[in-house]
Amino acid sequence: MAMTMNGEAVLPAPRETVWAKLNDPEVLKACIPGCQSLELASPTEFAAVAKVKVGPVSATFKGRVHLLDLDPPNGYRIQGEGEGGVAGFAKGGANVRLEEVPEGTKLVYDVEAQIGGKLAQLGGRLINGVAKKMADEFFGNFAKAVGSENAAA
Amino acid sequence: MTATGIGAPVRRREDFRFITGQGRYTDDIERPGQTYAYFLRSPHAHAAIRSIDAAAARATPGVLAVLTGDDLAADGVGGLICGWMIHSKDGTPMKAGAHPALAQGKVRYVGDHVAVVVAETLAIAKDAAEKIVVDYQVLAPVVDMNAAVKKGAPVIHDVAPDNVVYDWHLGDKAAADAAFAKAKHVTKIDLVNNRLVPNPMETRAAIGEYDGGSESFTLYTTSQNPHVARLVLSAFIGIAPEHKLRVIAPDVGGGFGSKIFIYAEETVCVWAAKKVGRPVKWTSDRTEAFLSDAHGRDHITHAELALDDKGRMLGLRVKTKANLGAYLSTFSSCVPTYLYAPLLSGQYDIPAIYCEVEGVYTNTAPVDAYRGAGRPEATFVVERIVEVAAREIGQDPAAFRKKNFIRKFPHQTPVIMAYDTGDYAASLDKALELIDYKNIGRRKRESARKGKMRGIGFSAYIEACGIAPSAAVGSLGAGVGLWESAEVRVNPVGTVEVLTGSHSHGQGHETTFAQLVCDRLGIPIDQVSIVHGDTDKVQFGMGTYGSRSGAVGMSAIAKALDKVIAKGKKVAAYALEASEADIEFKDGRFGVAGTDKSLAFGEVALQAYIAHKFSGQDLEPGLKEGAFYDPTNFTFPSGVHVCEVEIDPDTGVTRVDRWVAVDDFGVIINPMIVEGQVHGGIAQGVGQALLEGAHYDASGQLVTASYMDYCMPRADDLPSFKVDHTTTPCPSNPLGIKGCGEAGAIAAPPAVINAITDALGHEDVTMPATPQVVWRAARKAAFRTAAE
Repeated sequence: MAMTMNGEAVLPAPRETVWAKLNDPEVLKACIPGCQSLELASPTEFAAVAKVKVGPVSATFKGRVHLLDLDPPNGYRIQGEGEGGVAGFAKGGANVRLEEVPEGTKLVYDVEAQIGGKLAQLGGRLINGVAKKMADEFFGNFAKAVGSENAAA
Repeated sequence: MTATGIGAPVRRREDFRFITGQGRYTDDIERPGQTYAYFLRSPHAHAAIRSIDAAAARATPGVLAVLTGDDLAADGVGGLICGWMIHSKDGTPMKAGAHPALAQGKVRYVGDHVAVVVAETLAIAKDAAEKIVVDYQVLAPVVDMNAAVKKGAPVIHDVAPDNVVYDWHLGDKAAADAAFAKAKHVTKIDLVNNRLVPNPMETRAAIGEYDGGSESFTLYTTSQNPHVARLVLSAFIGIAPEHKLRVIAPDVGGGFGSKIFIYAEETVCVWAAKKVGRPVKWTSDRTEAFLSDAHGRDHITHAELALDDKGRMLGLRVKTKANLGAYLSTFSSCVPTYLYAPLLSGQYDIPAIYCEVEGVYTNTAPVDAYRGAGRPEATFVVERIVEVAAREIGQDPAAFRKKNFIRKFPHQTPVIMAYDTGDYAASLDKALELIDYKNIGRRKRESARKGKMRGIGFSAYIEACGIAPSAAVGSLGAGVGLWESAEVRVNPVGTVEVLTGSHSHGQGHETTFAQLVCDRLGIPIDQVSIVHGDTDKVQFGMGTYGSRSGAVGMSAIAKALDKVIAKGKKVAAYALEASEADIEFKDGRFGVAGTDKSLAFGEVALQAYIAHKFSGQDLEPGLKEGAFYDPTNFTFPSGVHVCEVEIDPDTGVTRVDRWVAVDDFGVIINPMIVEGQVHGGIAQGVGQALLEGAHYDASGQLVTASYMDYCMPRADDLPSFKVDHTTTPCPSNPLGIKGCGEAGAIAAPPAVINAITDALGHEDVTMPATPQVVWRAARKAAFRTAAE
């Protein structure tokens, strides 16, 4: 089942800082909802484990995350796929673009994802809601991470 | 007619048990030491399995076994079978890909069985399944039938490189082409018959059990035909020889065809029971039912009808693609072929018919028989094209049908069937009267004044039921005969047990079959019990589907009852010291003609068992007779359903406002049960027409896998039905029964769509005609009107 989401967030930090955070496994790990581990396998590849709960289905997804089309500090494409065993699988990616704005940096994202198995069987209305919530959570966490760092700096 | 005999509206005897929670379904059965199975299913529509790592799952405390397709292969357990051989036009046999009960090397649809975990509790089994790591190599899936047959499409089974199971045909192509060559008018339509999920109230379940002492297996399962299950599991899958396998199908909560088939889960439960040495139970949850119960329908059809200058039908050409899913289910191959094309003559005298059907593999759940099985698909084609043809040539759709009805019987159609009897015009006339057809114009105007669009739709359906003469189905490729068996055991005090090979899963056999016994033996209904669903009790049976239990199952009982009465006469002759020729059986008493000497049925039963009066004679003691009944023809229930809808063009909501059903089921045993069958059938047909649709996305994910996304009909979607009958008794069976179980589901969809298209004034409406579909169609209608 395919779904798409998009959105944007204005972050109170310079573009270079945001870019650096977007490439920092520790920051990503802290921001990805349910992320239990994110280990650098190569400069552009991570091995990830995330625990996700959607309605009645909870699952631990194990997968790989790749960073592609790196265009510092303008953006990249983050792409991944994970197997959640009985719960099914998820794969997809997001194009992330950073633009300089007076308030700091505007982050624009376009997500397209595919899910399969039990997750897909829960039905689009439930999944889309949860996916939107998780994306909001990620970018909310990310904005906080960037904000706090910036404040500390 | 007595209060409990044939024709009496006896309340269903089984219902007290069901509505007070005393039914005993498979999942209610708890066996000592029972364990629980959980199936790990494929999340991918199409993938190669590189490896399965089950070590962590096996190491989980409480897990008894984790089994995969390799274990099945190692034990020599055969694959699931398709029991009806279809040959393509060129004479080649259908291409049946291997169908292991647990995937071997490849998964082919979302929900395909990858592994089974057997554990002390279901929770442990589920948790352990989470720990199984399957390394999938994801392959491109193909979901759409047209895409599946294109060059370069992903190949689902190596045996069918073009994904075509068969390319079959029926009828005389040259005759049909000649009819079209001389046609004055040709009507062409393209139709989609939407895919449905069967949704019986009780999901499938199974308990496998192995007794090491007797080396025998028992399977409790939700089956419509336990003997067929035993036959397939023993003779083909090779679990155990027939005499070492007992199959019990206890109370079963609905099937609609989906419980005819022999599935992976029950196969695995029986096999696993021996491996773990304990009973193994599996109960499908609702999502699993959506994923893995065989789906129904799913056709794409182009049809053409040739008419002469007076509007008489000359010929019909039909080209259908039928989605058979990822594997061939037990009877899947015959549904879009021999259960479909032979019904394309409908109620009409069509001199030439030619039908081509391509069966196609896709990465979706297997598709097989679902209430009506092929006949709803045929009726949808015939009744849609007939309606459209009448509109195109400007004739009244009722009059157009009537003009083309078959009137002389028997009638040999160009597509196998020999209709034995019927009076189609009588049903249509009665239906027109009941719906008040003459005032439809007024009702349409009234609706229009309220801003609504009213339409009326007809469906003059025919079905071939009473499935089926064994020689006939054998010649068409069936791997079995379709007779039925019965045994009537009379106890010494005159109570009667009827053991039947039919299986009741909602039909009310405990009532109707007992009514036949009351009628024939003249004993009270509470002295009759009906036994079914256990291969250790009933010698053999072909089960219940195809509206066959009345016409075939009861005919076998009638035959056995005749033998009981004949034996009773011999016993009575000794007991009454009279000549057997002088014994008459009437109103439950054996009497000597011309005298007042008589014995009640129970007294004769006692005489039969004590055998005091005929000891040492030719006559054997006891009173028990069996019979096998093989029908000589199909039965042909028919009728006319008329539906009136009112559409709100602003919201697209279609309200079914009126429904008239006039059916000819032949002789009716219990009018209350028959009416219930008609109601249920119409509800399912309206569900198909307006609400239901199983949908896979392009990646092969089933996106309608719960009641959140798959809409079932509810009482408030339906009007009160006017149900009536005409009767032409079936000449081919001793009871005159034609069958009624599928009629509503067969008749309803075209009636609804014909009504909607009548209201909208154009034909572009697909099933399910949801509010969105109808809203779009209504806008199109509005634009069209504006343009005119």
